[in-house]
Parts: sequence; structure tokens; C-alpha cells
Amino acid sequence: MSSADTEAPVEDDAAQQEPDERRDALLAGLTERLGDDLLGSHLEPGINLWIRVTPEAWVPTMRHLRDDLGFRFFEFLSAIDWMPSPYGRYEEAAVDVDLHALRDAALAVDPTTFETGVAGGDTRFQVFARVVNVAERDLGIIVKADVPPSADDPAEPGAVGTIVAVYPGADWCEREVHEMYGIGFDGNPNLRSLYLPSAFEGHPLRKDFPLLARHVKPWPGIVDVEPMPGEAATPGADEEADG
Amino acid sequence: MTVTESEQLAYVAAKAADARVNVELETDEGMTLNIGPQHPATHGTLRIVAKLDGEQVLWVEPIMGYMHRGYEKLVEVRTYPQVTTLVNRIDWLAASCNETPFILATEQLMGVEAPLRAQYLRTIFHEMGRIAHLTMFLGDMGVQIGALTPMFYAMRDREFVLNQTESVSGGRFHPNFNRIGGLKDDIPKGWLEETIRVMRKMEAFCDQMENLLLGNEIFEQRTRGIGIIPAEIAQQYGLSGANLRASGVDWDLRRDVDSPMAWKHADFDVITHTDGDCYARTWVRLQETREACKIVTQLCEDLPSGPIMAKVPRIIKVPAGEAYVATENPLGEMGYYVVSQGDLGPFRVKIRTASFHNISIVPWVLRGVYVPDIISILGSLYFILGDIDR
Amino acid sequence: MMFGLELAYWQESILRSLGVLVAVLLPAGTFVYVFLFKMVSFMQNRLGPMEAGPYGSMQLLAEVGKALQKEDLVPDKADRTLFKLAPYLVVATVLLTYVAIPFGPDMVFIDNEFFGTGIFYVMAVSSISVIGIILAGWSSASKYALLGGIRAAGQLIAYELPLVLSVIGVVIQAGTLDLQRIVIAQATGEIFGWGGIGNPFILTQFIGLLIFMIALQAELAQTPFDMPVAESEVVGGYHVEYTGLRFLLFFIGEFATAGAFAAIAATLFLGGWWLPGLDLEASYMNVVGPLVLLGKMMIFGGIIFFIRFSYPRLREDQLQRFAWKFLIPLALVNITATAILKVVF
Repeated sequence: MSSADTEAPVEDDAAQQEPDERRDALLAGLTERLGDDLLGSHLEPGINLWIRVTPEAWVPTMRHLRDDLGFRFFEFLSAIDWMPSPYGRYEEAAVDVDLHALRDAALAVDPTTFETGVAGGDTRFQVFARVVNVAERDLGIIVKADVPPSADDPAEPGAVGTIVAVYPGADWCEREVHEMYGIGFDGNPNLRSLYLPSAFEGHPLRKDFPLLARHVKPWPGIVDVEPMPGEAATPGADEEADG
Repeated sequence: MTVTESEQLAYVAAKAADARVNVELETDEGMTLNIGPQHPATHGTLRIVAKLDGEQVLWVEPIMGYMHRGYEKLVEVRTYPQVTTLVNRIDWLAASCNETPFILATEQLMGVEAPLRAQYLRTIFHEMGRIAHLTMFLGDMGVQIGALTPMFYAMRDREFVLNQTESVSGGRFHPNFNRIGGLKDDIPKGWLEETIRVMRKMEAFCDQMENLLLGNEIFEQRTRGIGIIPAEIAQQYGLSGANLRASGVDWDLRRDVDSPMAWKHADFDVITHTDGDCYARTWVRLQETREACKIVTQLCEDLPSGPIMAKVPRIIKVPAGEAYVATENPLGEMGYYVVSQGDLGPFRVKIRTASFHNISIVPWVLRGVYVPDIISILGSLYFILGDIDR
Repeated sequence: MMFGLELAYWQESILRSLGVLVAVLLPAGTFVYVFLFKMVSFMQNRLGPMEAGPYGSMQLLAEVGKALQKEDLVPDKADRTLFKLAPYLVVATVLLTYVAIPFGPDMVFIDNEFFGTGIFYVMAVSSISVIGIILAGWSSASKYALLGGIRAAGQLIAYELPLVLSVIGVVIQAGTLDLQRIVIAQATGEIFGWGGIGNPFILTQFIGLLIFMIALQAELAQTPFDMPVAESEVVGGYHVEYTGLRFLLFFIGEFATAGAFAAIAATLFLGGWWLPGLDLEASYMNVVGPLVLLGKMMIFGGIIFFIRFSYPRLREDQLQRFAWKFLIPLALVNITATAILKVVF
């Protein structure tokens, strides 16, 4: 955080120290309580705290946070797919590619080689949730958990426990995650589709689900301005996909 | 197996039998009423399937997705500046407010902070978006309850705020004015004085609405004691913004979270109410509009001079990391969880929208109410379809 | 309406029928234009229709033309006969109501000089429109229409009672049911011995007038009692499936009923077609009378529509409570007080 430090006044550094202590204390308490279940953590002083727990400890951790530590406000629950997109990004996405071949090649890669984010990760899919303690000032925690592969098909994600009993607001979030990623939530009877029609096949937010718009029509790049009446149009500017 | 035409017709007729009222009224389960997706009351294409026993609701299920645009998938193929344009359109009534948390998250990852003048101006636009949004809410609440006239006053007075936004950015609804590191341009000459005058007009409008709408006995009868949400339930469902404060929880991200915006330089109150019913939510939003006018006036008067854009490279490459920033938007708490892997564009953006969680409480709160109360409660929870469906 | 000519009975009947049509449509049209198009628009900070005719005065003709050329739609599952019958019931009712209203000393639609049952006939006949509305809601085969129809049934029947009871005070005071005689009683009456402005019953029957206006607002299904047609809930209520001419008939029925009851309120409470200073028997009153009555109708119509666009709407159970627990007891108290004071004075 280089440029912020050189320009920041002294109060910012002092302000950064104090929440440090709160978050440090919180992390220490959680480490002590969770023990081996706490697989990783990351603390950004004055900003945020991340912890990663085992899938079995997912629900007990949330329950502990709500009941014992006062994190009663449910902010959100979602998931990440750590596989890099096999189709390329933005301008790289080409029109004439063999989507199936790219997809199969990407799925063959070992998930543990993926670059995962803060607090680490061992599987392709992770669920994460944020809860907040509204009685304190600016104290939230982001909890991550790996999603173990499914017992039937190791390429598919399995399930974690549902936290609906702890935070009822997680119901719709879990429905969305199930619909978009295919991750199951044990104990949630309500995993119907949320946004998509029931006949929809596939799980859109997975990285191997292509954004077909980019493959049907190439990204136009810098498009030339319409010529004034009387001037000739600059030839061929639109046809080249400007990279 | 193929389906014969007679089988198809029989299937369609069986489905149509659902519409035949005689059959439905004879069953014990009640009558299914589809409110939406096209309906004057549902702020867009939200479909609410209600099971009614006469005029009383047995259960209610909201069905969304009619406006799902797949934002979280779309941002994966875009660069950071392109995402700003996209994100304007989630909560389309207060567009500057959508841009702010995303820009702040990106700046947090990059380690830049916008200069002070840009922070002030961003906060001013954020609050003006709030005023425009809540003005619309006040008019709309009247329409849901049946008072058709205050809506016209609301739309008329809202135009003043939108004119100010337009004179800065060229867009009334989608200004697309925030850039990573600051703002696109500085404000035009005379804008500050005009804005302060507009804030006086908006405060007069708030007084007018308080007399016209909230002081009306019928409005009180329709909203007091309706749709009570206790504080604990509100927190567990993730209700935010005025909905949470109307239930008595004193939580406002402008005051309670450190962010590089100018709220800490303004003096404003956070309004709460103890009842948690529809009237409380309307009242809290009315007071919030007044507070927003106060904030804008103070910030306009104290605006520091200086640059409006920090030194950021032309091609923005964000270092690897994850960041979550949430701000107090008019609808509630909106946040962006940005995952970056050192590219030109984000790896994953999770958009936490306020209306999604505000509406998740609807099946719980609408048990056993009357049909007119469905409309009152939905109106007071106040959602925007783009916010729910993303 | 003989105009001093000797006409055959069938010729008189045709003239009278045309007269009723004019008497119904002209006030309805005026109400629609002045109040719905212009007064409401000015209240809502806009101008209203301005294109059709000078200041939009021909807008109603344009609307009629538009409605007439629309496609004749009947929902598939609807009960066709009842669906088509319902609007005609409503309009027929209001036409029948106008028959009893006196517009001048000789400007009455009936053959006799006095219409004996007067206000009793009006109240009875106007109740038939309730059936029309319920039929419309039920036969439309739409759940929104059904909800609107059921709400209408409860509401309109509940508010019939205060309407009738509030009128009884006037009847007691005038001593007659006949509307022409009520006008004459107000014209020739005296307030504590001073006969300058006659005795308009509004002075003594102000409670009755208040109840009458509230019950009237509910009978017309106007806000704050517009649950049957709550636009933000049941979209259109009982007339959501109607288009074209049938919708126009509902529309005309609504405004013509408003006009009819405004005229009745003017007759009962303000003195009808008579103004202080005018001769009760003169023949020029046959021309001036209708104009005076129209003016008084506009006053009441203005009140009805002003309240319509100012207030939110009451919920169904709240409106029932209001009628049964507040308006009806108040009306009964009014009747008792009137009866006692009539005997005393």
C-alpha cells in the first residue's frame, strides 16, 4: 500500500493500529477455538479479516460467530470458481474456437495448482460468507470454506452444510450459489432455481461455462466514429478485432 | 416418446383449469394469485405468487429473474473501467451510488486514494443520488397506498436534482462519472451555488410530503402496525439501510465504517425508529432525505480545491488480492467483493445488493396479512428490480 | 315536457327519452371534462388534455370515438351473457335514477305533476347497479376481477345503509318523499320566521349531508373507498377485462351516477333548482332551473373529485368498520334528533 502511506497523515497510521488490535484479538480467539479447523487466515489491518475453515467446520463456525461473538448481521454468501477461464478474457476471446476442446483441456488440470486468493484454498470451488457485528464499529469477518469434490463425480463440486438455521437470510444466497455453481447445501430443502428458468441446463457462473456473446461476435475494440455526411468511411476499421 | 396433439391440448387445458375460479374456490388450499410480473405495484418485473384465503394471505413466494442480466458473468470479461459502465445499471435510480463501492474496492486493491476534492465530490454525488432515489420512494409510497397526487410533486422536485447531475456529467440517470482514482471532470462554474439552492427546494419538498402524506390519517391507518419486522430478524435476513434503522438497529455505514469518502467531514444524524412497521420505514426515509440535503449543503460549502484525479496509470492493472467495500446506498447496503489476480480485469466480482436481501424477508413478513397490505409492505421495503436481479 | 303543444303519447315518450339522455350525458360529460381532465390535472401540477378542441374540451368525444372503434374482446373462460350484460345494468340504473330528479317547476320526466315515491324510488333503483358491478367482477374469469367484485359487493352494500339513513332526516323535515315537494318545502320554508332565503336543509341537516357525501364517495367506488378498483393492487378490479364500448359504459355510468347523486344532494340539501329571489311558479324557471341545478351539481361534484385525488385508500376491513361502527350509528342519531326537533319546533 505504497502511495497511500506516503501521502497519508499520521492519524491514519494511528487509526490503522487500533482496529488491528480488535481484529488480532478476534483472530486469536478464533484460532484458539477452531484449532485445526482453521486452515488459513489473512488480516488486512484496518480493513478486513479473512479466515478459511474446513468444510465440516463451516456451520459450527458460523454458529459460533453468531451466538458467541455477536456477529448477528448476515451480509452475503457466495462462491468462487478458481479455475482460470479456458476461453480467454475480454479482447482475447476469439470467435472460431473449439469450445469443447478448450473446456475439456481446462477441466483436465489439477485443481490444486490453481492460484487461489487470500487465506489459501485446495479445491476448485470455495464458498465464502461475510457477517458483521453491528454493535461494534466496522467489524466484519469473511469466512471461506473449500467445497470438497462430489462423491459421485470428482469433477463436480460436492456439498457443504447449510447455514440457514443460523442466518435465515442465507436461504436465497444458497439457492443462487447452487444454481450458478452447482454446489450443494446439505440440509437446505429449498434449493430450487432462483433466477434461471427451471429448464436451464448448466451452471452459468462456472468458468467452463462460456459467455457465448464473446464467441458469436468478436469484441469490436476501438470503433471508429461515424463519418460526417460527405466524408468517406475509413475502410476496414470495424472488421479487424482490435486487440 | 412423442406427444400427440390431443395430449398437448389436454395438458394445456389442465393448466388452464388453474385459471378457472370455480375449481379453486372449492379446494381448501386457497386461491393462487399471481401479482406480476406485469403489475403497477411491483416496481418492475417481480412476480409474487400469493396463496389467498379470501383476502388473507396464506403464503407468498417471490419469483425473480425476469431481469437477470448476469452481471457477475459479464464482469469477468471486462476491464475495470468497463465494469464501471456496467455497474451503473444495477440500481438505476441512483447510479453514482452503484459506482462508488466498486471504485473504492478497486482503489483499495491498488493502494491509491482519490484526492480530497474528488472524495468530497463523490460524496456529494452519492448523496444527491440518495435524494433523487428517496424522493421517488416518497411519491411511490403514496401511489401504492392510493394517494395519486403526491407522486407528481415528487417527480417534479426530483427533476431539480437530476438537472444538477446532468449538468456535471451529461447523464441524468447514468452519469458514469466515477473513474478509478478520482472523477472524470471537474464541476462546472456556478454548480455549487445552484446545488445549494436545489437543496433548499428539496427540504421544502420534504416538509410538504410530511404534511401531505405522513400526516394523513388514512395513510397512518394503512401503514402503522403493518409489516412489523423485529430487529433480530432484520439482522439475520440481512436487511439494511432504512429498513434496518426503522427496526431500531443503529447501523449506518457512512458513520460506522472508515472509507475514503467525505462523510467524516460532514455533520449529520443517523435516524432510527423503534416500531419497525411500514410507517417507520417511510418516516426514516423522509428524515434521511433531509439529512442528505444537509450533508450536500455542508460539503458544497466546504469543498476544497485541488486535483480531482490521483496519479493512476493509463492502463489500469490491479495487483492480486481480494477486497470488499460496502457503502450506504439509498436502498441499503451495497457492496462489491472484488477478486483480482493481477490482470486488467477482475477475476470475480460478487455484487452484494441491498434489495436482494430486503426482499428475502418477504415470505416471512407476508404471512397472514391482507392483500392491500402486501402492496403496502412491498412499497415500504422498497426495492429496485435491477438491484434484486442484477 | 309539453311546451304547450298537444303531442301524442308516443311523441311525448320519445321527447322524454331524448331528454333523459341529454340530462344524463351532458352533466356526465361536463363532470368528466371539468373535474377529471382539468381540475385533477391542475392539482397534480400538469395541464391535462390540451390538443382535442380548445383547451382539450373535445377530449371526451375523442375518447368516445377511440372506445367505439376498439376490438370487442370477451375473455375465453368468461360467462359471455353476464359479461356482456353487466355494463348495461349499470347504465340502465343511472338512467332510471335521473327520471325522478326535478329540473324545474314543470321540467319533470314523468306524466304526473308529482312523483309520489321520489327519493325512495331513487335509492331503490340505484342499488341495482351493485348487481351490475358484482356480475362484472364474477363473470370476467379473472382473479383480479373477482377480488374487485367481492370487495365491491361488501363495500357497496355496506354503504347503502348510511346513504339511505342520511336522507331520512331530510324526509322528516320536509314531510314528504317527493323530490319536487322537497324543493318547494325548502323554497317556502322559513328559518325562525325569516323567509328570505327559504330553508335549505343544509343548515339543519349538516350531519346528514356529511354522511351522505361520505356514503356517496363509497357508492361511487372513489378513493378513499376505491378498493374495488384499487389500481395498484387489483389493477382494474371489476372492470379489468373490459375494453371498448363496454368499458366506456362503465366509465359513463360512474360519472353519470356521480352527476345523479350530486343533483340529488343539491335537491335535498341546497334547494334544487330554486334560488332565493326567483319565482317558484314562473315559466322562465323552466330554463333557469336546470342551469341552477347544474351549478349546484358542479359544487358537489367538485367536492367528490377533490377528495378522490387527495386521499389514500382505506383497506377493506377498515372501510367496513367505518361504515358499520361509525356512520350508521351517527345516521341513526341524526334521525332521532331530527324527529325530536321537528316535533318540538
